[in-house]
Amino acid sequence: MGWTRKILRVDLSKGTCKSEPLNMKWAQEYLGQRGLATKYFVEEVDPKVDPLAPANKLIMATGPLTGTMASTGGRYSVITKGALTGAIACSNSGGYFGAEMKFAGWDMVIFEGKSPKPVYLSIQDDKAELRDAAHLWGQTVWKTEEIIKKTHQDPQVRVASIGRAGENGVLFACVVNDLHRAAGRSGVGTVMGSKNLKAVAIRGTKGAGAIRDGKAFMAAATAAKKVLADNAVTGQGLPTYGTQVLMNVINEMGALPTRNHRDVQFEDARKISAEAMHEKRPTDGKANLITNAACFGCTIACGRISKMDETHFSVVNKPEYWGATGGLEYEAAWALGAANGVGDLEALTFANMICNEDGYDPITFGATVGAAMELYELGILKKEQIGMEAPFGSAQALVQLAQMTAKGEGFGKELGLGSARLCAKYGKPELSMGVKKQEFPAYDSRGIQGMGLAYATSNRGACHLRGYTVASEVLGIPIKTDPLVTEGKADLVKAFQDATSVFDSAGVCVFTTFAWTLADLQPQLDAACEGGWSMEKLTAVGERIWNMERLFNNAAGFTAKDDDLPPRLKTEPAKTGPAKGKVNGIDIMRPQYYKARGWDDKGVPTKETLQRLGL
Amino acid sequence: MQKSLYIDANKCTGCLQCEMACSYENYGVFNISKSRIKVFNFEHAGRKVPYTCTQCAEAWCLHACPVDAITLDALTGAKVVNDATCVGCKVCTIACPFGTVNYVAETGKVQKCDLCGGDPACASACPTGAITYVDANWTGLDKMQQWAGKTDTQPRANA
Repeated sequence: MGWTRKILRVDLSKGTCKSEPLNMKWAQEYLGQRGLATKYFVEEVDPKVDPLAPANKLIMATGPLTGTMASTGGRYSVITKGALTGAIACSNSGGYFGAEMKFAGWDMVIFEGKSPKPVYLSIQDDKAELRDAAHLWGQTVWKTEEIIKKTHQDPQVRVASIGRAGENGVLFACVVNDLHRAAGRSGVGTVMGSKNLKAVAIRGTKGAGAIRDGKAFMAAATAAKKVLADNAVTGQGLPTYGTQVLMNVINEMGALPTRNHRDVQFEDARKISAEAMHEKRPTDGKANLITNAACFGCTIACGRISKMDETHFSVVNKPEYWGATGGLEYEAAWALGAANGVGDLEALTFANMICNEDGYDPITFGATVGAAMELYELGILKKEQIGMEAPFGSAQALVQLAQMTAKGEGFGKELGLGSARLCAKYGKPELSMGVKKQEFPAYDSRGIQGMGLAYATSNRGACHLRGYTVASEVLGIPIKTDPLVTEGKADLVKAFQDATSVFDSAGVCVFTTFAWTLADLQPQLDAACEGGWSMEKLTAVGERIWNMERLFNNAAGFTAKDDDLPPRLKTEPAKTGPAKGKVNGIDIMRPQYYKARGWDDKGVPTKETLQRLGL
Repeated sequence: MQKSLYIDANKCTGCLQCEMACSYENYGVFNISKSRIKVFNFEHAGRKVPYTCTQCAEAWCLHACPVDAITLDALTGAKVVNDATCVGCKVCTIACPFGTVNYVAETGKVQKCDLCGGDPACASACPTGAITYVDANWTGLDKMQQWAGKTDTQPRANA
């Protein structure tokens, strides 16, 4: 059946943990993970709630394929109202934690209320209890995991926790599991911190057993793995180069946002690319990259494991940072690098480590540093305010600001609020490069038009993981479209958004979609889950999830005005590259998109649409 | 031809497909805590290393068992635990120098790799070739071949 049919409800105010049956009617309508947890969330939480109030809830949820042999079947998501955005938030993570939750016998854990003092949740199969976390509060993610493993005398316990960023109110704090995998965006870790919940430690020994048709499932999973292995992106590109394979590609097409989107090409892109991670450093003769690594069940293995140059200024005399750990993926390398004009690979690797160690989103952080650097160059922010000189390109400033943000020190406190609040405070709200207070990831929408619409309409604020039209506009997956035109992008974005909603609800990684379509996922789900999972049913589930999220955001106060891009992308043409002279055509695409969605001109789903989707 | 499992840790990504395949083959569930092959994560070295029983020719576990519950599968060379005979005394877990016979509290018996009767599920599931099932006489020879290649560095006289 895929599901364990059991959810854990943790009332942090009362300190209780209760088991309840999964709502199987909803499971048939919303599948699992993102869809199903969001259904629980919107049914139980007032859309107007303050994200940091006890009345907000936080759900950790697996999908029906989590913990199975389906490739990449190890995902889990954190669903809440985002601290950064005030919109529905759903952040997805790999590693081993999600599968462990399933193995312990739980489809999801719902946290409600607020603990009077720091606690962590310990789950050992059926047994769940809140434990005192006074000794963990103030510790980094890495230290927290180490202490919990020691206390439990169990090296195999899997831990998801917040670092000091989540405790200190950094509005883009993550929930980090397995040391360097993160439910990264929208401030889901900030919400966890506001509830005095430091960590969740799980040991599961029950396994994921109840597959509807084991034989059919194994056949479908094996066939789908072959599709991944035979595909050039998932079979070769991602394992060899990671997502960083994109750095030079996107730069060459003039869509690499540089220096807070002032430019669309970065002169040092090559220095911070996948290729550079493979090259031997002149200083020590070793490469930045040690090896690739997989998350649970993943046969792609795009993860990067890196080791710092011990002589680099950021870690000299700091042997605690000399070991192997999670390295740069594309979005982080872009945000910490090109977005600030910093071309020092080791500095980016270090800043990324700090983001992992103390649990905050490198995309929003890097983009916020980029905004601060622009404010500095405009003379609005002074050296005395920041505590250092911070021009574009300063690796020293990046490294120092990363540590200050982790600890909540000095100007790090202001960076911790994200670029929207920072730029508004200094009278330049238009310099925040994002949507719904969440910063753009690594694709400039002047050079990839569809991404502008995907950002503007993403339910969790600007994001590449809600409708990754880069696949089509750049890589030609599943069909090649022209990145420089707006025609056809409304339908393309809708199709990507709906399909992605299904992948995010199944327990598998969205990176499979470089090779898989829904038709590759469908037989695996149908074999694993009861209820008959046809392509038609899955397509409807995807669209239903998207509209459910939209209804929540509308009720939270978002309007069509919020489905927009900053003026820079609409009025300042790209200066160089293939997109030279282009701005993003969001105002052309938006109405087309609303129409394709069956929404009125204010972006509200019509009665007919809601009826068609059973909402 | 006798075959044996051959592990090349350099190719391991830590995906645990092998552990799931092992538990599914033997227990019908995806449950890595019941796997007979384990992938160990040496975090700070950046290494993932799969390890399981290598089927010693003169197996310590087999000789130590007081009730003869561990026997030789003549077809595969595997040392196989007979659940009906095993009394769960754990002497084999002490005798094994490599720690690859393990006690399972739920069943009260020990478990170890039995090569799945000659078609190891872990090797079939491994996506990177880190675990292969090869001619026992070939174990190590691919490494030997690699090193041989490195010794041949002089330019050929007739090149």
